[in-house]
Amino acid sequence: MSDLEARLKTLMLRGLAGDAAAHAELLGMLAGYLRGFLARKMGRDAADLEDLVQESLLAIHLKRDTYDTSQPFTAWAFTIARYKLIDWYRRNRIRRTEPLDEATDMFGSDDTAEVAVRRDLHKLVSTLPAKQRALLEDVKIVGLSNAEAAKKAGMTEGAVKVSIHRSLQTLMRRARSED
Amino acid sequence: MKTDQLIALLAHDATPVKRGALPVRLVLVALLGAVSAFVILLPWLGIRPDLAEAVGGMTYWMKFIYTLGLGVSGFALVERLSRPGAKGVFGWLLIGFFAVAMIAIAVAQLMSTSPDQMRDAFMGTTWDRCPWRIFMLSIPGLAVILWTMRSFAPTRLALAGASAGLLAGGVAATVYGLHCAETAAPFVALWYSVGILLSTIVGAVLGPRVLRW
Repeated sequence: MSDLEARLKTLMLRGLAGDAAAHAELLGMLAGYLRGFLARKMGRDAADLEDLVQESLLAIHLKRDTYDTSQPFTAWAFTIARYKLIDWYRRNRIRRTEPLDEATDMFGSDDTAEVAVRRDLHKLVSTLPAKQRALLEDVKIVGLSNAEAAKKAGMTEGAVKVSIHRSLQTLMRRARSED
Repeated sequence: MKTDQLIALLAHDATPVKRGALPVRLVLVALLGAVSAFVILLPWLGIRPDLAEAVGGMTYWMKFIYTLGLGVSGFALVERLSRPGAKGVFGWLLIGFFAVAMIAIAVAQLMSTSPDQMRDAFMGTTWDRCPWRIFMLSIPGLAVILWTMRSFAPTRLALAGASAGLLAGGVAATVYGLHCAETAAPFVALWYSVGILLSTIVGAVLGPRVLRW
């Protein structure tokens, strides 16, 4: 656990400093732990298991400025995952109180076998304004870098980053209100 | 969209995050709350005419330190509760300290108050207006603090809302001190606290409704 904490925290700190590769590696590892944790709570065959994995990843990404680097990283990530789980219970009118688990419950074992999504984020992307959607697809599907996408759209790289960030925020809001 | 595609997309948004940005934003909205309260106070109630004299005495600063102290306690709690899993008891310790100090001063004053002056010490002349005015002054601050907290990540929403109310209430009560000419410590301990409590309760009620993310 403490090894894992140290490893994840290092990746998080590098990500916070702007290291995209470290950030992607961190999210990839978290996806496995989130899937394992949420599968135990929701059931491995819950139709929206992968949706909640994705929603939690979006939240962890978008809320990363709330991480206090003097505190344990696993506690921070786990608290977000548990919040998203409880929110899911509430939205699905499931009456259940989550015992005050420890972060070790989430980081005990991971599950890297991705399962099918029910609500496809692609569909949500298609509801974004045309310009935001085009940028998102350029970096995601075409695989352009932010700088290349900026050149293509005739925008500054900074403006592309802001647009992508806003799109992700919109996606997180819509993912919640869709259920 | 597959999860690994989502992760690749999120990596495009891995811009550097400034350390300490959260408390700085919180200080700015708390100041905005103070300015809003002042802008409402000025045309509505005005500043006490003897303010220049009052700031030379102890009573003004007793009120000021008590109310601002509660505001600072609220700030400490909001800062912790906006971060998932963050531990910290500093805010609670501050509340305890300022509450005990204020009660101690009030009790000390009551010891030397004659029985026929007891009522005045508690009720002053504005007890029926003071709490409501503090509450009214706290509303814009509470609104902007809650609005800002939505972009953070509070997970205990009622408690986070209550802390926002304590911060807004403490700031509003400090601004109200510019108008209020009450001088008795028992009055402050009772009615200023009630005003701040109103704002805290409203924050606790609003929290679960407005802070979800």
